[in-house]
Amino acid sequence: MSFYRGMTCENVTINGYGGSPITAYVAKPTGPGPFPGVVLIHHLPGWSELYIETTRRFAHHGYIAICANLYEREGGGSDGNPDDVAAKVRADGGISDAQMVGDTEAAVKWMRAQPNLNGKVGLIGSCSGGRHAFIYASQKKDVDACVELWGGGVVMSKEELNAKKPVAPIDMTSGLSCPLLGLFGNEDRAPSPEQVNQHEAELKKQGKTFEFHRYDGAGHGFFYWHRPMYRAEQAMDGWNKIWAFFGKYLSK
Amino acid sequence: MCTSIIEIARAEGMAKRGDQWFPLSQTVVAYDHARHAPLGDVITLDFFNTALGAEARAGVELTLETAKELRAALDRAIAAADYEEAEVRGKGAVPRLVLVA
Repeated sequence: MSFYRGMTCENVTINGYGGSPITAYVAKPTGPGPFPGVVLIHHLPGWSELYIETTRRFAHHGYIAICANLYEREGGGSDGNPDDVAAKVRADGGISDAQMVGDTEAAVKWMRAQPNLNGKVGLIGSCSGGRHAFIYASQKKDVDACVELWGGGVVMSKEELNAKKPVAPIDMTSGLSCPLLGLFGNEDRAPSPEQVNQHEAELKKQGKTFEFHRYDGAGHGFFYWHRPMYRAEQAMDGWNKIWAFFGKYLSK
Repeated sequence: MCTSIIEIARAEGMAKRGDQWFPLSQTVVAYDHARHAPLGDVITLDFFNTALGAEARAGVELTLETAKELRAALDRAIAAADYEEAEVRGKGAVPRLVLVA
């Protein structure tokens, strides 16, 4: 495995849902490439330092990476405090799935326009971003592999559906257009192990290519090194699963 | 949020953030993953003014247990305040004996 300690990082502006300009953080490994690409979808706490850092982590491993600020419209522009903006988004019931798809599509297009891309683009998200990644890969056909980390709200009751979330992601499974890797903690409540079972059963029913890994001794967000929910052993194994999965499907 | 547990109430008053006070428009109560407190799931209280932008916010993260203690303290203070208000305004207060000179 090669590491790319040299990299170029910057903010770029992309035209998101409805043509609205939004900011995205990009990290590009130094070198001629060609490199595979990864589009990151941030979690509910927003366009936070964790996601900016994780974007750089992908560049370190030889991927061109981009993470769009899905909450830019909700306040503060690109300089907004992620914590405050995320609290506002929480109060507003989250962002709409349609807006997320539009913004993510813009990030994928940016990626596909990079001259040193190897032609392969992966998608990854955690928490709400895991749910979002699954939705995107089920609605669009322009990503080559998808990683869903403990996506909450893939299974939804009818009472939970609303204008922003009109369709339960599990009901979009037939549209999944690429291989899926799912990582889950068995002590999580959102998604619960039962919901992960339902998610898996629907993927099997639809004949999709996927692999799910479930970890004992881990709950929600076990990659988050700054939170008490961090589980080092499970997180390192999970990262190795990601490198293997993207290595398999994004190399050319 | 991952839990979908959220309640929104109208708020009239002010909150302090740093060394500045700002007028409030709403209070949001949720049960969700802690963002800052070194805890798992917490009751979060966010006091907002939606007209002033996302930074007009005073946030609190409490354990479920201490949130219950806060609720009990609020109930006691509000009950006492209701009595005080009724007595001052002369309506609804429990009659008391008054010494007349």
